[in-house]
Amino acid sequence: MKAGPRGGLLFLATLVVASLLAPYLAPFAADALDLANRRAAPSLLHWFGTDELGRDVLTRVLVGARVSLAIGVLSALMSAAIGVAVGAVAGYAGRWVDDALMRATDAMLAIPRLPLLMLGAAVLQPGVPMLILLVAAAGWMETARVVRAEVQSLSSLDFVQAARAIGANPLGVIVRHIVPGIIPAATVATTLAIGRGILLESTMSFFGVGVQPPTASWGNMLYQAQTAMTSEPWLAIFPGLFIFATVLACNAVGDAIGSSPSQRQAVP
Amino acid sequence: MRDAMRGMIVRRVLQSAPLLVLISVLVFALLQAVPGGPLAAYLENPNVRPQDIERLRAAMGLDRPLAAQYVSWLWAFVRGDWGYSFADGRPVLDRVLERVPATLELVGASTVLALCVALPVGVLASAHRMFDRVTSLVAVAGISLPVFWFGLLLQLVFAITLGWLPSSGRASFGANSFADRIAHLVLPVLVLAAVQAAAWSRYLRRAMRETIGRPFMNAARVRGVSERGVLWYHALPNALGPFITVVLLDAAMMASGAVVTESVFAWPGVGSLFTESLVKRDYPVLMAFLMCGAMAVMVLNLLADIAVRSIDPRTRGAA
Repeated sequence: MKAGPRGGLLFLATLVVASLLAPYLAPFAADALDLANRRAAPSLLHWFGTDELGRDVLTRVLVGARVSLAIGVLSALMSAAIGVAVGAVAGYAGRWVDDALMRATDAMLAIPRLPLLMLGAAVLQPGVPMLILLVAAAGWMETARVVRAEVQSLSSLDFVQAARAIGANPLGVIVRHIVPGIIPAATVATTLAIGRGILLESTMSFFGVGVQPPTASWGNMLYQAQTAMTSEPWLAIFPGLFIFATVLACNAVGDAIGSSPSQRQAVP
Repeated sequence: MRDAMRGMIVRRVLQSAPLLVLISVLVFALLQAVPGGPLAAYLENPNVRPQDIERLRAAMGLDRPLAAQYVSWLWAFVRGDWGYSFADGRPVLDRVLERVPATLELVGASTVLALCVALPVGVLASAHRMFDRVTSLVAVAGISLPVFWFGLLLQLVFAITLGWLPSSGRASFGANSFADRIAHLVLPVLVLAAVQAAAWSRYLRRAMRETIGRPFMNAARVRGVSERGVLWYHALPNALGPFITVVLLDAAMMASGAVVTESVFAWPGVGSLFTESLVKRDYPVLMAFLMCGAMAVMVLNLLADIAVRSIDPRTRGAA
């Protein structure tokens, strides 16, 4: 494994551990106000500075990581489940089922994803669990397409034809013979979806329709920082840096899985 | 050949009709999900009495079955009657149309800039290993950038700290010089183009790599074509087809990028109209935006097919 993806994995692992241990690691409580030290610049005491209520930005970045990572990972897993189901059924069933499912996929891809999500969030005013559902509902199409193509090429192979010929139950054929073959491609798509989910959540929260304060997420920290760019730029720089680094790590890992030799063999 | 092309266009337009219907159902359903329904804006207004709301409901046909409401909404939409903005009472169509030129200016400029970067980078990265390492790294970073954050950073550095460029808007108040317009264009174009160039150079590199492995490339080398000639005159034309398709299919991504960029830089285009309307819960404008976005994506998909067919003779026979 090359340096990029290894660094990416290391960063993600550290981030997960640090955010889980945030109450013990972080120097302050997440919502502890320090009114004497409001809008303080980064210092040895407050590494990333403090916000307009004197809350420690480093602490909030670590706590916010839980929300941002949870939304990214859970929405990616859910959209992987939807995408694999849609893609596998479409690719295996063929004919009108394939047509109908792929038309629906195309329709979803044709609507600009971010504006649709923002409108959906403005209408439904979701909490975090609903937000995960929304991001997942807007992110399964790529996986469905990749999986469908894989299933189509797999089902033409002899061992699948043989299983069909001896009259195996179609569901059994999908689960036993097709699904193992699509795992590599689905893994790549899911890894990339984690990064995309984090970007979507942070962008929605930045526009005020995602995670709502006082819950900290990287996106809504930037929403609050937007007005203070001139005087307190650290409020915007650090949360954004974490979004960038996390998405970069996901993309580096996803690319590495996608171009590894095992993946190339698995895709005929 | 011309007939085949015309047949393809007609077929694609017919195919996209059910897609548009699907999308319109989705958008219409979203409006129904608004708490309080389409009259939510009036429900919160203490000056509107309950009997007035009942009267409005009847007058606007909101007491009819949903399916009937949907059909009349869709028919009105097709005729260009997109309703009236909750925010200022003006026709939605007018509000959208007056914002279109600014968006075209921004997206056009950034697309040109992104292509100027992505084309040479994509081609050279497919042939030179070290150059590929560096540009791949930059490209992955580019697609991982949170657009709004990148915009804020550029504002912080070039507008606030250095004071070289204006931080927002399309022109200074009262000024009407060309230089002023360009100065306002620089930062938002950089933000949008960075994301596009990063994604597109990756696509082109991949398409080039797939072409370079094919036998006709070796045939060209055996005939004595120089490495540079092989790359630019044999590989690039073959990689361009898939590349153009992907670029035009990316239109939905560009719409998202434009919404964010325009909002961060207060660029008076369709994208910032969307976020302004989002804050005001101006649903007629929001719905019109989504429908237009979907239609634009479909038109661009069709253009992609036409473009590929005209530059790549191999695709013309296929249905």
